[in-house]
Amino acid sequence: MNPRTIIEKLWDAHVVHEQAGAPTLLYIDLHLVHEVTSPQAFQGLRERGLKVRRPDLTVATTDHSIPTTDPALPILDKIAARQVEQLETNCRDFGIRCYGMRSARRGIVHVIGPELGLTQPGMTVVCGDSHTATHGAFGALAFGIGTTEVEHVLATQCLLQRRSKTFQVRVEGGLRPGVTAKDIILALISQIGVSGGTASIFEYCGPAIRALSMEQRMTVCNMSIEGGARAGMVAPDEVTFEYLAGRPHAPKGADWDSAVARWKQLPTDDGAAYDRSLTIDADRLEPMITYGTNPGMGMAVTAAVPDPYAVADLAQRDSMVKALAYMGIEGGKPLLGHPVNVVFIGSCTNSRISDLRSAASLLKGRKVNPSVRVMVVPGSQQVKLQAEAEGLPEIFRAAGCDWRESGCSMCIAMNGDQLQPGEYSVSTSNRNFEGRQGKGGRTFLASPLTAAAAALTGVVSDVRTLL
Amino acid sequence: MNFRSRLVPLPINNVDTDQIIPARFLKTISKEGLDKQLFCDWRYDAEGHPKPDFILNQPRAQGAHVLLAGDNFGCGSSREHAPWALLQFGFRAVISTSFADIFKQNSLKNALLPIVFPAGAHAALFALVESDPDTEVTVDLAAQTVTLPDGRAVTFPVDPFSKHCMLEGVDELGYILKNEAAIRSFEAQRVGSIDTAA
Repeated sequence: MNPRTIIEKLWDAHVVHEQAGAPTLLYIDLHLVHEVTSPQAFQGLRERGLKVRRPDLTVATTDHSIPTTDPALPILDKIAARQVEQLETNCRDFGIRCYGMRSARRGIVHVIGPELGLTQPGMTVVCGDSHTATHGAFGALAFGIGTTEVEHVLATQCLLQRRSKTFQVRVEGGLRPGVTAKDIILALISQIGVSGGTASIFEYCGPAIRALSMEQRMTVCNMSIEGGARAGMVAPDEVTFEYLAGRPHAPKGADWDSAVARWKQLPTDDGAAYDRSLTIDADRLEPMITYGTNPGMGMAVTAAVPDPYAVADLAQRDSMVKALAYMGIEGGKPLLGHPVNVVFIGSCTNSRISDLRSAASLLKGRKVNPSVRVMVVPGSQQVKLQAEAEGLPEIFRAAGCDWRESGCSMCIAMNGDQLQPGEYSVSTSNRNFEGRQGKGGRTFLASPLTAAAAALTGVVSDVRTLL
Repeated sequence: MNFRSRLVPLPINNVDTDQIIPARFLKTISKEGLDKQLFCDWRYDAEGHPKPDFILNQPRAQGAHVLLAGDNFGCGSSREHAPWALLQFGFRAVISTSFADIFKQNSLKNALLPIVFPAGAHAALFALVESDPDTEVTVDLAAQTVTLPDGRAVTFPVDPFSKHCMLEGVDELGYILKNEAAIRSFEAQRVGSIDTAA
């Protein structure tokens, strides 16, 4: 057989049926469901009198529209409460395991899948959420789908799909102090733009990727969609196996040994060809920050905001002028020192225990600038428990941060956690689109370290000066 | 699918799904009533009044079926509310140079036609609409053409299966369900499955 990439191996292993003229019928090993993109799909099943084919491969949680205040209290937003109730009703009616509001295993869907050991190498994973790419960190083929496709998977455990192009992202060297996994992915997207990966799947490889922990790999894969790719993957290795071993849904005993033996066959074969390849030098990376209204508008935190009038392409210039006008910043000037109103540490990109430890390491024994409101939102109730066991909430509270319950929170601002019009945030989330964190709000995306630095100083800062 | 329509120009690149329909409207459990929320934050001022300079509030947008958009339309989230809202406003096709993958799939599954134009034809169409806002085109899915006022036709690519489904009204879920035997035989040889109920 010809040498194959991990992307092709996973695809080939999940082909149920191929027919000339039609897309491939692909089998799905794990379907994650949340309250926002599923109600209309369940409604579709009811209208057709269909069941969920494989409830045992399906799991649901509530994360997007829920408050991050006391989960024992009723949800005040009646429309959100109705949506959360509907998820619980749907799961009950169709026999799906649901980690609801009062569950200790609840959390952001892309945090709990890995945490519970549900996400495993070699799997196909889908969810009605574009950040499903996160699970690719395990060497899974994981991608976001729309609600019609959610219905297809619920009913048949299959999807009609066309093969994607393969895009190798090789990260050489190693990260310097103060530079993180988030900076790798922000650097990639600023290089290729928000449509650079369209119709492709990224495979991240090279020594700087191998050196990352699983949580850091998840941060990188999470934002593959912001580069236009539906999925991003890292081949499994000992780091992957060590993370998975002993997790609730990970294989046990002899099953574990045979699973690891299978997983070791997944990495890309020597000599396999990619449709496109790109190399990033980690040694040269600096802490990154976005200045505009899409994740491709990013730069080193010490750099000057690009001058739109230096851009030759007229459409691109117009987009930049519009973005900078929305952001209220000027081209050609640095962002360092720009005032910040809110710091948000959380989201499926950066809300895991290592992210919280990273922010806490900088905030410990210091005080946040009184002009800044700082929200720390753990990715799951399990992350919250772990953080409590390590004393992190005390560090955050002593510094002047607000320590919350888990959820998507101000990444998507559906639950009342939001910016006021005109406010600036430094956010560890994944999208700086206009209004993403609240109507009129303005977002600078960055790593947990860079966010914590802004919390301390009240302005956009280079974390390396505070280490 | 064959219709004639004015064009609604939106010359902005990388329009994301948070602009098409902001996340705060995704708390609904229905597909209906999304037309008023389409491009809400560009369309209405802080008091909720329509902004007269936004294209969707202008008379030319009323009754139009074709949105002429900038590059990489529909990037960002997987929310199918985006094509639902566009359809409910009255759009039946979006013309751009490129579409984000998930938005494109969601659109095809709802018979909102994502039409990819070559960059030159795309720029020319914007110029044409600028010179004559009443410019009409004819979209013909069977022929895969957009016919311009001077009679020239621009051909566009479309996935043959999606085209077949849209033209013949084929239900994709029904098609997948017919593969029950293949699905069952695939399931019989799967190894290392999880059990979420365990």
